[in-house]
Amino acid sequence: MSFINLKDKVVQVKIVYYGPGRCGKTTNLEYINRKFREQIQSEMVSLKTHGDRTLFFDFLPFHMGQIKGYDIKIQLYTVPGQVKYNATRKLVLKGVDGIVFVADAMEKQREKNIRSLNQLHENLQAYKESIFKIPLVMQYNKVDLKDHGIPVLPISVLQQDLNSKLQVPYFEASAITGYNVAATLKKIISSTVVSIQKKLL
Amino acid sequence: MNYGIVSQEQLEAIEEILSQKLIKLGVDCAIIIDMAGNIITVKDNSKSKYDIYSFAALAAGNFATVDAMAKLVGETEFSLLFHKGQDSNIHFSKIDDELLLITMFGRDISLGFLRLNVVEAIEQIQKVWDRQE
Repeated sequence: MSFINLKDKVVQVKIVYYGPGRCGKTTNLEYINRKFREQIQSEMVSLKTHGDRTLFFDFLPFHMGQIKGYDIKIQLYTVPGQVKYNATRKLVLKGVDGIVFVADAMEKQREKNIRSLNQLHENLQAYKESIFKIPLVMQYNKVDLKDHGIPVLPISVLQQDLNSKLQVPYFEASAITGYNVAATLKKIISSTVVSIQKKLL
Repeated sequence: MNYGIVSQEQLEAIEEILSQKLIKLGVDCAIIIDMAGNIITVKDNSKSKYDIYSFAALAAGNFATVDAMAKLVGETEFSLLFHKGQDSNIHFSKIDDELLLITMFGRDISLGFLRLNVVEAIEQIQKVWDRQE
């Protein structure tokens, strides 16, 4: 749930990057942190294990300017992707306003994407939220790998696997090179802000 | 439950409580956050500069983790937390299921005295907060 401060005219919006382990959620945030440095007032917070995997979450506050006189503060979070960390994934989802589902386009990760999406569905239900109602954007990450000879799932297969029922906006992306990272972010921010406006009016 | 919006009047009342009960005591900074990591309000002695947004995100995560640990040992909750440092300390106390009061203070305030004031502040904040429901 977004928090709206009527006194200081600030709206805080929580957006979570969700997806299976090693799909590139943290890489998305790291790219945003580099690319939009002037809109970010503080350092990115990362709670990592020694092996550089996300242990709890990454956090990046992002300033988006004003809408109707209200300052919009976007808080970007990632979840830990590893299967065993579902309890912490669930904690990070508390109060979420919008979600980017980062899927790993590598052929061998096909099943992991589906499992992770199913678990997102269950985790949201625990907070009485619905995956069909919450603003959601799909990102099919690592599409650049096909140039390196690594088998990548065609978009039609990913769409069929993950987005056939949801029918949400989707992007092919490469978080490491930055391809469509900003586009994904823009899309989720705009759908989330529109959905908050609808709830208020 | 509609805690997403707080009126200006309520926020001013809450800030006044934080000033009177905590900042006057010599506390560096008092923050109220919700369990999702949003900042509800902040009061400080205007000397300290903390990155409060990151702080709120981490504090909410920290509290949620401790809450999960409480359940593992058969407690319903651990309603307060205290972190002690060389020069500064942090005290966390639950206001209700959704809100958390975080107080940062230095060496010159005793923990006992602070806790007394935190309890009083929380009682007053609860009264202001309940008015919206």
